[in-house]
Amino acid sequence: MQCGLVVYNWIERRLGLAKPIVEAAKHPIPASSASWWYVFGSAATVLLGLQVVTGILLGLVYVPSAGEAWNSLQFLNHHVTLGWFLRALHGWGSNFMIAIVLIHMAQVFLFGAYKFPRELTWIIGVCLLLLTLGMAFTGQVLRFDQDAYWGLGIGASIMSRVPLLGAPLVHALLGGPIIAGATLSRFFTLHVFVIPGLLLFSAGLHVWMVLRLGINEWPMPGRLVRKSTYEREYDEQVRMDGIPFVPGAAWKDAVFAAAIILTVVACAFFFGPFGPSGQPDPTIIQTAPKPDFAFLWIYAVLAFLPPALETPFLLIVPVIIIGSLLLLPLVAGEGEKHWSRRPVAVLMVAVIAVTLGVFTRLGTYTPWSPIMNAWTSDPVPPQYLAGRTPLERQGSLVLQEKQCRNCHSLGGVGGQRGPALDSIASRMTEDQIIRQVLQGGGNMPSYGNALNPAETTALVHFLLSLHGQGLQPAVDASRRLIPSSDSGTTQGQH
Amino acid sequence: MNTANAEAGQTENPKQSVNSRRALLFKLSVLLNGVVGAVLAVPIGGYILGSAFKKGSSYDSWVALGAIDEFPEGETRLVDYRNPVTAPWDGQTGSAACWVRRISGDRFQVFAINCAHLGCPVRWFSQSKLFLCPCHGGAYYADGSRASGPPPRGLFEYRHKISGGQLMISAGEMPTLATEACATDPQRIGHPSCHS
Repeated sequence: MQCGLVVYNWIERRLGLAKPIVEAAKHPIPASSASWWYVFGSAATVLLGLQVVTGILLGLVYVPSAGEAWNSLQFLNHHVTLGWFLRALHGWGSNFMIAIVLIHMAQVFLFGAYKFPRELTWIIGVCLLLLTLGMAFTGQVLRFDQDAYWGLGIGASIMSRVPLLGAPLVHALLGGPIIAGATLSRFFTLHVFVIPGLLLFSAGLHVWMVLRLGINEWPMPGRLVRKSTYEREYDEQVRMDGIPFVPGAAWKDAVFAAAIILTVVACAFFFGPFGPSGQPDPTIIQTAPKPDFAFLWIYAVLAFLPPALETPFLLIVPVIIIGSLLLLPLVAGEGEKHWSRRPVAVLMVAVIAVTLGVFTRLGTYTPWSPIMNAWTSDPVPPQYLAGRTPLERQGSLVLQEKQCRNCHSLGGVGGQRGPALDSIASRMTEDQIIRQVLQGGGNMPSYGNALNPAETTALVHFLLSLHGQGLQPAVDASRRLIPSSDSGTTQGQH
Repeated sequence: MNTANAEAGQTENPKQSVNSRRALLFKLSVLLNGVVGAVLAVPIGGYILGSAFKKGSSYDSWVALGAIDEFPEGETRLVDYRNPVTAPWDGQTGSAACWVRRISGDRFQVFAINCAHLGCPVRWFSQSKLFLCPCHGGAYYADGSRASGPPPRGLFEYRHKISGGQLMISAGEMPTLATEACATDPQRIGHPSCHS
């Protein structure tokens, strides 16, 4: 014991770090800030630590070579003791870190903590969010599988839309003309050296500023932030009811951080690591690439943009989003902090959260994508064949054979790109169906070249037999105006 | 502050002149390091941006896809080839694939598998005569023209020639909207099959 104290004193006399650390730990904070709402920032920092440690441990085995990366991940999963568990911890830690960083951001926004004098803390926080997402994307690339390969293809295709600089940007991203060894090497460098360096440095600045400026006080409705008076008021409040950060608030941070880490451990243990999926071989085209969870919403948005809007949207919207996040504290640095007096702020958080949620949900089942094997794997439901004429049954074969099911569902099974066909004849007349099949339109290709007249006739007759339970077939209202003597000749002209 | 300056101006003590010399020397040393930094930055910048500003056309060269007899007329087939420029550690990523359509006789079309929307691999369905993309549902007709979905144009098409009974394409670069194979050849710009 005595010996330990001597050693400690010997080091401390030379190092001199213990005193400032103890002072920082004991610095007074407003009693109201010792809240469970204030635990997300420290949890994000602890998760960053977990990512650094597990990342270094994965680096012991991972091979950053396009030819070997996928094999080394399989080796980690199956041949290295607990390698699968370390991969799972790193993968789940990444998902949780993004979630906690977003919650932290929403909390800081709703509590008005970005206002004077903490504007720069927010701005660096926005950079931390972007760096965290950068880690998630580059990490997904390092899991060098099919999704990573085609995800890089998507990244390059987005870059190629930049006017004038498109080609140099594509080559800079890929490190050469194709997605290959050079691409993986540069994403390895980004993921392991560049972004973590920036991330740790920025996180250090972020924490330093929280210590220097004091943690945000619990906002009170009607207590406005003014640059001329805020610091004096804050100091006064801390003097009046301040408590030391350790242990006053720190125990809640510690408990929450422990709970989060335990949750990550549990997810890793029960759900296991992410991938790798198929090998990164561009000659294997039987794949439906998808990005990781954090980027599914972008993947979904890209399905809905009209071609003419896509490039402007891709180039302008990110600049607007990031720009407004960075400018927010400079524009709204003073005034009301409490959420109950900031309805627009609350509405914005709600709308953004719902939007991200909806697009992420859509991204999980991609209703806009054809189901490539529906035409061979999903049979026509038997009730749609019962009581049909031979011509109609022949039409159902045409429907399967021509891959209509890849985009259209029957009985709830099949693609969702186009409308379900279960009651198509109650919405479209014979003429409309023929026109739609042969000429396409409204996001459907034309099948005039892929169908001969006999196939078209059979297919249309089958579709006309699908008018749903108890529904009347669609009729052409204009037909009633034509004298009955003419109607025979009109129909005969098809 | 003002009084201190005034006194210094009057007395001109030797320590003050030494200090101003040190300040000048410090400024010069900062300048020197700025120059050294610039000298270092040029090669480092060149190293980082080297791949970005290499001429796109220099990546392409002629690749043989096989004897033309291997491609039945009226059919579209997937063909693998090795990218002309690869590193030994590229592994499978050094390979590539393309769709070869033999219209008739010597008339061919060779499409990139990369969707013009976001580069995902399109699949050919001979029954419905469509290329379909698994990512966002882009669809193309047999001749590569856009049929529906989010792609802004038709499929990328490689330049091809027949040499000694072999079908050859000019390839070497992942085709994107900015790096399509046709655009680098002045003779092919505006050619209908380039869709440019």
